[in-house]
Amino acid sequence: MDQSATARASTQHEEHSATSFIKKHIREYGILIALIAIMGFFQVATGGILLKPVNITNLILQNSYIVIMAIGMLLVIVSGNIDLSVGSVLGFIGALAAVMIVNWEVNYFLAAIICLAAGALIGAAQGFWIAYYKIPSFIVTLAGMLVFKGLTLWLLEGQSIGPFPPQFQLIASGFVPDFFGGEGLNLFSLFIGLAVALGILVMAIRTRTEHQKTGIVDEPFSFFATKHALIFIALVYLSYLMADFRGLPNVFIVMALLIAVYSFIAGRTTIGRRIYAIGGNEKAAKLSGINSERLTFLTFANMGMLAALAGLVFAARLNTATPKAGLAFELDVIAAVFIGGASMSGGVGTVVGAVVGAFIMGVMNNGMSILGIGIDWQQVIKGLVLLAAVIFDVLNKNKA
Amino acid sequence: MDYILEMRGITKEFPGVKALDNVNLQVRRGEIHALCGENGAGKSTLMKVLSGIYPHGSYDGEIIYEGETKAYRGIADTERDGIIIIHQELALVPLLSIAENIFLGNECAKNGVIDWRETNRRTAELLKLVGLRENPETRVDDLGLGKQQLVEIAKALSKKVKLLILDEPTSSLNEADSEALLSLLMEFRKQGITAIMISHKLNEIAKIADTITVLRDGATVSTKDCSTGQVGEDDIIRDMVGRSLHDRYPPREPRIGNTVMEVKNWTVHHPFHNEWLSVDNVNFNVRKGEVLGIAGLMGSGRTELAMSLFGRSYGRHITGEVIVNGKLADVSTIPRAINAGLAYVTEDRKTYGLVLDQTIRRNVPLANLEGVADHMVVDERREGEVASEYRAKMNIKCSSVEQEAVNLSGGNQQKVVLSKWLFADPDILILDEPTRGIDVGAKYEIYTIIRDLAAAGRSVIVISSEMPELLGITDRIYVMNEGRFVGELPTADATQEKIMSMIIKSGG
Repeated sequence: MDQSATARASTQHEEHSATSFIKKHIREYGILIALIAIMGFFQVATGGILLKPVNITNLILQNSYIVIMAIGMLLVIVSGNIDLSVGSVLGFIGALAAVMIVNWEVNYFLAAIICLAAGALIGAAQGFWIAYYKIPSFIVTLAGMLVFKGLTLWLLEGQSIGPFPPQFQLIASGFVPDFFGGEGLNLFSLFIGLAVALGILVMAIRTRTEHQKTGIVDEPFSFFATKHALIFIALVYLSYLMADFRGLPNVFIVMALLIAVYSFIAGRTTIGRRIYAIGGNEKAAKLSGINSERLTFLTFANMGMLAALAGLVFAARLNTATPKAGLAFELDVIAAVFIGGASMSGGVGTVVGAVVGAFIMGVMNNGMSILGIGIDWQQVIKGLVLLAAVIFDVLNKNKA
Repeated sequence: MDYILEMRGITKEFPGVKALDNVNLQVRRGEIHALCGENGAGKSTLMKVLSGIYPHGSYDGEIIYEGETKAYRGIADTERDGIIIIHQELALVPLLSIAENIFLGNECAKNGVIDWRETNRRTAELLKLVGLRENPETRVDDLGLGKQQLVEIAKALSKKVKLLILDEPTSSLNEADSEALLSLLMEFRKQGITAIMISHKLNEIAKIADTITVLRDGATVSTKDCSTGQVGEDDIIRDMVGRSLHDRYPPREPRIGNTVMEVKNWTVHHPFHNEWLSVDNVNFNVRKGEVLGIAGLMGSGRTELAMSLFGRSYGRHITGEVIVNGKLADVSTIPRAINAGLAYVTEDRKTYGLVLDQTIRRNVPLANLEGVADHMVVDERREGEVASEYRAKMNIKCSSVEQEAVNLSGGNQQKVVLSKWLFADPDILILDEPTRGIDVGAKYEIYTIIRDLAAAGRSVIVISSEMPELLGITDRIYVMNEGRFVGELPTADATQEKIMSMIIKSGG
């Protein structure tokens, strides 16, 4: 009898911790569920086109540059700032790459390095005024947006420059070759997908057991198991789909690496901790000896570099640099970060959330295009989704 | 007796703290009524109850004004009845003109269109009444603080004031401006305006008050009628501070060693007003295992001194030397000050102490992240262990270290801030008002922590406005007033009266 009482008490406790956990983390799960729901909706509405291997590959290629920039933007927004210049920087770097590679015939590898450095320099220049002179980031990057839009036009003299050499195009349009020689199925790609999925699973289990030792775990086991089972299955399934088409795109590898590295930086390193602390309460962070100026400066330099990388990917994908490249991309990037759960006031948000946010936008773009919904209504719907996500955040926060 | 105002049995509670406990106040028509008491005695809270900032229903007791029981719901109600409060921190919009400020929210307008000629004409009249010779179109931030105070009073007059409440009106004024303000109040008295004045300056009170009410620990201690004979400053001081000290502080046996830190000729200028000295040539030292107190009223420059020492986080044009363990120390940035062995626990823990939305686990190592990291990678397991260790050591009451700091009570938040700094392992801790807004039980725990820190050989500097606290826990006390150190005494020889009189005699 005693035993059953204890058992009942422990299930009650379990239930209680589960509900309180959902309340606390409703946003993180909400966004994953939203992505799944949106994908499910379009999968049905498009009659199964959405998850066709060719379309999945397309989806990733189409959104890669938004995802890459969203990762940098997440850090900027978490630190309590914003960067409006990323679209223009993307266009400018694409133009710079085209002028160097096509017009001046610079080696494409060297040109890419120079472009990344130029992006970092642009970000640093903006970050300098924001961090050390306390000029609001909105103003500085609004100025940057105008400046680099103008410089793109000047650099290209109003015309498109292309095409790029085939090796350069591989950044965006290449696929991981199959070293195993599978027939019809890119076994190597499938293998990578499996390895990544397993890696994530092992890491998650290790973190959880470590946390259990110090008693700082509050996620009920059922949640943990369901979440990671879903992630594992989704990753394996996606890589199978892509392996079935032409294999994993090179960009996918780049994106996956960036997500892994920046998740780690944001979540596990002292730099990440400090950026969240600055965004949460800059005064308290400074009085704790944190050099908020230097970190703000670095987040902008990093953002510039990632915008440059996105610029290279975008130029390679279009195989040409046009004066219109990057137009209004900053809005998609910022929307992705906020849909992903970041807070306007800083201190809140995750890299994975921002990436999921970017894919929510991407799937909607893609699905609505397949359905033949015009660009007019696409914009309206995307705007409403952004508004709904943020309203949900605010209401959720007020209730807590 | 003709009372314009009676407040009966006012009780006001904040979470965990009883700010007012059955307070009675009677104000006669046409008098100047002074309200005295230490910081935290409940004076400002009482005036906020009266002026409707704390609306009816958020407190117990009744307010009888002009013979009627009133249930004020907000400032708009009290202003309609002619009760106007002027806060210690002025509520003027710096970028607007005098005239715009005076009629803000009460514009001379027809159908929403402002009549500027009428506005300026009436402003000029009001300025004449308060004796301020300025153009109504002058921007408020071009005026000195004394003149801004007069603009506030002119604004009160524009609302047909009957009962004027002034919260420390002269605390930021120089002598000439204070003098002018006091004679203006006496002029108003002749015209029949009643005034309640909160003030620490007993000489001013003696000069103009008709009645003096003293509050202490949220309760009325005494009401003295000045017309029936001279009221001595000593009497007032005794009423203000008199309370028993026994059992409120943990016993302790100090073991004091050599001098650890010495500050020489420390001078700090105000960050915006270059000519003001926030800290004026301060010299002091602190020894190993010592608990040093810095006494003084709010605004006396104690926080400014502490923050300027801690990596120049306050002020400009800072001069002077800091010597730690016999060597000149570099405290020019916060990381360097931390390296030199200093820690500063702020008086405003919500704004400057904690990242409120983050968990206890993430707040504790913030000043020493390297202590829980290998090569920049945070070891969350060690972080959790550290947080749990301090949770136990400091007796932080929480559901787990994963609880967010915002959901903790004031005392437990303070313990998290203290944990953060202890984890940074400083030699010298500066605690700024360590028990502000904390209930009595948690105060005792904080005192015990301070005692144990000193016993472990650290030096603790405690800044406090609560004199009994300083007398109860320190070994030596410096007294600060108007940016200067005006006295030093061993706690064994110190009394509240001695400290108060040092402060009062040093001021004008």
